[in-house]
Amino acid sequence: MRARNFWPWVALAALLVFNLLFTPGFARLELRDGRLFGTLVDIFQNGAPVMLLSVGMTLVIALGGIDLSVGSVMALSGAVAALLMTEQGQSVPVAVLAALALAVGVGAFNGALVAYGGIQPIIVTLVMLVMGRGLAQALTHDQKIRFEVPAFEFIGNGTVLGLPFPIFLVAALALLVGLMLTRTAAGLYLEAMGSNPRAARLCGLRVHVIRLVAHMTCSLCAGLAGLIAAADIKEADVANAGLYLELDAILAVVLGGTSLTGGRANLVGSLIGATFIQTLTTMLQMRGVITEHTLIIKAAVALSVCFMQTPAFERLARRFRSAEAA
Amino acid sequence: MNFVRKHITVLAGALVYVLLYAVAALRYEGFFSLPVFINFLSNNAVLGIVAVGMTFVILSGGIDLSVGAVMSFSSVLIGVLVMDMHWNVYVAIAAALVCGTTLGAVMGAIVHATGIKPFIVTLAGMFFVRGLAFLIHLESISISDPRHTAIALASVGPLPVTAVLFLGFVLVGWYVAVLTPFGREVYALGGGEEAALLMGLPVRRTKIAVYAVSGFCASFAGAALTFYLSSGSHLEGVGMELDAIATVVIGGTLLAGGVGSVFGTLIGVLMLGLILTSITTYEGMMSSGMTRVAIGGLLLAFVLLQKVLTRRAGVGRAT
Repeated sequence: MRARNFWPWVALAALLVFNLLFTPGFARLELRDGRLFGTLVDIFQNGAPVMLLSVGMTLVIALGGIDLSVGSVMALSGAVAALLMTEQGQSVPVAVLAALALAVGVGAFNGALVAYGGIQPIIVTLVMLVMGRGLAQALTHDQKIRFEVPAFEFIGNGTVLGLPFPIFLVAALALLVGLMLTRTAAGLYLEAMGSNPRAARLCGLRVHVIRLVAHMTCSLCAGLAGLIAAADIKEADVANAGLYLELDAILAVVLGGTSLTGGRANLVGSLIGATFIQTLTTMLQMRGVITEHTLIIKAAVALSVCFMQTPAFERLARRFRSAEAA
Repeated sequence: MNFVRKHITVLAGALVYVLLYAVAALRYEGFFSLPVFINFLSNNAVLGIVAVGMTFVILSGGIDLSVGAVMSFSSVLIGVLVMDMHWNVYVAIAAALVCGTTLGAVMGAIVHATGIKPFIVTLAGMFFVRGLAFLIHLESISISDPRHTAIALASVGPLPVTAVLFLGFVLVGWYVAVLTPFGREVYALGGGEEAALLMGLPVRRTKIAVYAVSGFCASFAGAALTFYLSSGSHLEGVGMELDAIATVVIGGTLLAGGVGSVFGTLIGVLMLGLILTSITTYEGMMSSGMTRVAIGGLLLAFVLLQKVLTRRAGVGRAT
């Protein structure tokens, strides 16, 4: 039997090998002032937001849902934290907790409308995609908010044991969610609901609560990702923070082997997928491709990966194999 | 089904619109006048043209998240073709329409051939087309061309050209939806794909065509935008997909597909315009950010209302 994450690992390995061979300076690593520097470390530091998003998105997608609002939640949480620290003079813990609480609140709103209101997740979260950034713009009056708060900046670019702090945040959250999925019944419930919500309800699962919690967790991840992104550049930039990242997150989850139709949660796969995407992004940047142009390549990759999961692709592959045999 | 029951959502929308207009007219001096009404039409024409295309997609049971990107792309393309390549304005617009329609058709074909959910395909399409727009020109581009300006300043009676285009789209859209075989196929597809297939309707052709229509409308809206702003803009299309879905839903079209009308969308556009104009201009209290929040809240309220109404009347499928 093939290992569970065979193809995601292969894809990531292929991309890494390509870069090690053909992108100059990719493999260089050096230790300076007790901290590792190099492209490989950058991939993990810059990729931390997408990795966090993909952890949360895995839960929502496993339920057969989707969350398009994660990018906007990032902008919102960064803006709120920055505003609280600069204008209100609040301490770092207060700012962080308030921002995360707001993010969880947005998730609860999403989850409640989907679960209890019966509205499609895509509509609810599309509304939140626009409303979240709109709210952030209104709060900050469309201005970028700069701050100089070392304790807060640590979240984005601090160093622990020679490695960037965001890596530890991702690891901690992924471990927490991972344990929840594998060591408690939550994973089973999630997959059961994703594959057949009606059967799950008839079995006595509290489907609404599960959906609510999944959306709240997803938003919490997005809120944390927003704090990292803001802390990294010492600035809350509502126009650009988390922009277009919802596609990256969905792409990471799908690359990792979680099916968009729900019923399967593969957290490790999602993290590999997120690493793949960040490596791709970094590679394109190192080759001088403008950020806006990389959208084209990412969209193409996203569609191809989705296509490979469909029955249509399997039919095509089968026809190809039988033609080869003949 | 008699007339009133069949058109209950549109009639209710029209009634609410009249009531809202009356309240606003009582509250604000000079609100109840022809110029103000014409302003609604022309200020929201771009959105309206996009929304007419979106109506067809939603009627067929699908969704198109790429419309804002296609609109931006088309406006930027027209800007580049006219200003940098010195093409004739009409040829440039025709080229943009061909591109937009093709992009839509390709998305429709992917939706049908692969069975990937429409929102994933059009979401990827949105990113793809945004990337394309940045590829042809990294910044918004202002258009100053005598022929282009002449069209932008043209008018029919008191109606500016963009308002005329919008009304034209509504009329043609209504005709296509109600009086042509294609329109019936769209409604049938939205009512239930399997049934449509068993009835022998050309499901594949219809599915591809609705996304092509949406792409055509979105790229035409891009042309209308260049008349309205005298520029091709990357920014205007951001969030446009939500506005378009909002107007379609407010106009009484069910997100589940199969129920709704193009005239409802006209009312939806006017309603959104009325509410936003009265709050922003006359009350003078909203930033662009809060406007977005208001549109989102309004859309959610209408979707919930639809849920309640359809559950009671037993219309539409459970989703």
